Amino acid sequence: MSTFSAIGEEREIDRDEYTPGVEPQPTWCPGCGDFSVLKALKQALPEVGRSPEETLLCTGIGCSGKLNSYLDTYGFHTIHGRSLPVARAAKLANPELEVIAAGGDGDGYGIGGNHFIHTARENHDMTYIVFNNEIFGLTKGQTSPTSPKGHKSKTQPHGSAKEPLKPLSLSLNAGASYVARTAAVNPNQAKEIIIEAIEHDGFAHVDFLTQCPTWNKDARQYVPYIDVQESEEYDFDPTDKVEAAEMMRETEEALYDGKVLTGRYYVDEDRPSYGQEKRAIGEMPEEPLAERYWDDEYEWERSHDQFLDKHA
Amino acid sequence: MTDDELIWRISGGSGDGIASTSQNFAKALMRSGLNVFTHRHYPSRIRGGHTYTEVRASADPVRSRGDGYNFLLALGDSFARNPQEEAVYGNEEIKPLSENLDELREGGVIVYDEGLLDTSEIPNFDERVEENNWHVYPLDLRGLARDMGREVMRNTAGVGATCALTGMELDHVEDLMRDAMPEKILDPNLEILETAYNQVSEEYDIDAPDVSVPTGEHEETQLLMSGSDAISYGAIDEGCRFIAGYPMTPWTEVFTIMTQNLPELGGISEQVEDEIAAAALAVGASHAGVKAMSGSSGGGFALMSEPLGLAEMTETPLVLVEAMRAGPSTGMPTKPEQSDLEHVLYTSQGDSQRVVLAPGTVEEAYEQSRLAFRLAYEYQIPTILLYDQKLGGELMNVPKSHFDRDPNPTLGKTLSEDALADEPHSADGKFHRFQHDVDDGVSPRSIPGQKGGRFLATGNEHDPTGHIAESPDNRVAQIDRRGQKLDAIRADLDTVDTGSYAGPEDAQYGILTFGSQQGTVEEAVGRLNDAGISVKSYGVSDMLPFPTEQVEAFVESVDEVLVVEMTASGQFRGLVQKNLGRYGEKLSSLLKYNGNPFEPAEIVDGFEAAIIEGDGDASGHQTTFVPAAGD
Repeated sequence: MSTFSAIGEEREIDRDEYTPGVEPQPTWCPGCGDFSVLKALKQALPEVGRSPEETLLCTGIGCSGKLNSYLDTYGFHTIHGRSLPVARAAKLANPELEVIAAGGDGDGYGIGGNHFIHTARENHDMTYIVFNNEIFGLTKGQTSPTSPKGHKSKTQPHGSAKEPLKPLSLSLNAGASYVARTAAVNPNQAKEIIIEAIEHDGFAHVDFLTQCPTWNKDARQYVPYIDVQESEEYDFDPTDKVEAAEMMRETEEALYDGKVLTGRYYVDEDRPSYGQEKRAIGEMPEEPLAERYWDDEYEWERSHDQFLDKHA
Repeated sequence: MTDDELIWRISGGSGDGIASTSQNFAKALMRSGLNVFTHRHYPSRIRGGHTYTEVRASADPVRSRGDGYNFLLALGDSFARNPQEEAVYGNEEIKPLSENLDELREGGVIVYDEGLLDTSEIPNFDERVEENNWHVYPLDLRGLARDMGREVMRNTAGVGATCALTGMELDHVEDLMRDAMPEKILDPNLEILETAYNQVSEEYDIDAPDVSVPTGEHEETQLLMSGSDAISYGAIDEGCRFIAGYPMTPWTEVFTIMTQNLPELGGISEQVEDEIAAAALAVGASHAGVKAMSGSSGGGFALMSEPLGLAEMTETPLVLVEAMRAGPSTGMPTKPEQSDLEHVLYTSQGDSQRVVLAPGTVEEAYEQSRLAFRLAYEYQIPTILLYDQKLGGELMNVPKSHFDRDPNPTLGKTLSEDALADEPHSADGKFHRFQHDVDDGVSPRSIPGQKGGRFLATGNEHDPTGHIAESPDNRVAQIDRRGQKLDAIRADLDTVDTGSYAGPEDAQYGILTFGSQQGTVEEAVGRLNDAGISVKSYGVSDMLPFPTEQVEAFVESVDEVLVVEMTASGQFRGLVQKNLGRYGEKLSSLLKYNGNPFEPAEIVDGFEAAIIEGDGDASGHQTTFVPAAGD
């Protein structure tokens, strides 16, 4: 048996394999958009041929962090905002793993914002799904970084004085090489976008609009949505950074006018992933580092032979 | 203070090559057969500011800075700020000379660059020279260097003058320059070295040097190494191939050494956005099956509090190094202190568990770096190597044979796919990664990608498969099991014995210390015994789990104990009392927190004042005595 034989195994994968025996029914509220993320992943993973044991799903804290309990893969439910640094290191340690990170808008755009910017900048080959419901759900309805200006909550009783953060534009400027937005109410598009994101060789950021029927009752259910690729109203080239930026700006403004635009916004297939960049400059081994610890033939270097003479 | 030693101090401005010149000189002394130890003092400044490095050399072993020094090479500060008397920083141009006079011993030598330093600007210079019987050699080092091409070569000229005045042959210095310097600067440097040497030899009659270089011999190959070097090599020899970090003084040294060496070993180094990310990356890499580390200094380590707790709760092996500097907050970035002890012991929420080791010497830094990895991986627990700016940066000679060991890349209790098949799983195929009932509390782990090893790692309390669980029975079982590891680690550490003991076993008095003060304390113990005071010392390295039995036996065996540490609040003494639960009346403290490490004489005098005379008044030293309870 090889060390990591779940990786690259050729077999049919059933979507039920991702359903845990312990807690098959998620405890998200009825009508929650998070169900759609789970469903999209359960559809996408068998289709891209990635089994539960070759997938590492890293989540943060919040309603979105529950994803680890409901999607049965190798999982790392980290701490608030820190899914990305854990995930990207796992990818560097073993690039053959399918690494997916997920979190909410507070987790990814608030407390973990710095990690989001830098992971996008570095273009790690991984997928990052942000459950964007424009509110803090698990802590019961506080204003979040994507809540609209004027949003009232117990922590913003006079309405938020802040402009909401624009995640798509931020992602593009930070360096993500695949940026998309989908919505819970659009399951087919969601599945397709998740598949593309997983298959993309670089940092793929999916801003997933997930309505919160409990704490964000006033918010839209993100319907009707418009797919910018399908609509005749919009015509832009998602491989062109300038056109992508303009389309993102329009989309992010329109959301707060009640118009839900979704689709692929930016796709750069040419930019090398971070792993490729590191290897090109000789700072990352060709073989997965994690394999080496199981290789009985490997001759482990010693400082005594390698580095000490310069101190003599 | 002994006569048969050279303590050479080179002073100048930060950025003038003081560090590299002193390192080469120390190595030359080591190669000539001497034992060496360096001590450096530098400001937190981009360029300029009073900087010095001391090189202590003796035929006998040296494990500490000395008391003062006996040979000064004062160079100029190229980046000195405009010398205005009213400026808060004073006249920086003369500092390489003026700031160093207080610690120069009687009969010592001063070589100064008269091209840059004017003694008439130093109050009472001539009187002090006469009073202290100093031997002063003004040399136009800058002029000489300028004539020979490049002004920076004045350092080399100064070394040449040092050799001439101390009776040291040039051959070891020349060999080193050949090793260290690129070809285009080598020849002019060799030339200026010899010119300065000859000029001084001709100008002054030095048949009997004022201060001479001792002679010695080594039985085996020696290496000149710092604590930061030793920590890095220990990590490498334990199979660490991943490091993530963010620059911060003085931790940057380990980060740099690892980063420069890892590519050659097929390893990975990541400089990341902040220290939260740095520690989280180490957790992620370790989780995915690679031996990984991170680290920082006080403020950066504060940010690691969260990932540290995550590693503990998910039982992900993790090694962090914490290079202490003087705090609080930004404190004094380039000055040593041991005051992060409690920070490192207690940071992170809940009843969290960790191992904290504080090595005392360069050799121990290597040993305990290896030990930190072994414990972290065998017991699946975060292990912190706690050291400071002093141990990290001071250089000393250690025999090369000390490092001639087998590597240990093992991951600890990690299962192969074959072994995983025989382990308990849930009905849905999830591996019981966190079993309640295992020996020593360590439940074997799997690595993502392995067939049959699927589990959830989570910072929430969890059941055996990792699934989030809050049932009381599971909670108690899990927290008790994790806690059990520390008992197992204590028993393990008892077989290693990281402590360092000096002085006669049946001594009347004791000195307790931890970490980098150990060498200085041991030198002081030697001197106190020579002076007829019966005292022994115990340098403790295991901060957590604490060696309660051993420390108790030590305290029990003596009449009184002085606890020596570089903190203002007596943190180590507090830790001792917390673990022993008594002996408050037996333990007093000698503290130093002015930014400079103890000199042996400060401990000798402090001990005599505190224990023998009983009033603790060690005048002339910037140390603080805190009496025992009830005194």
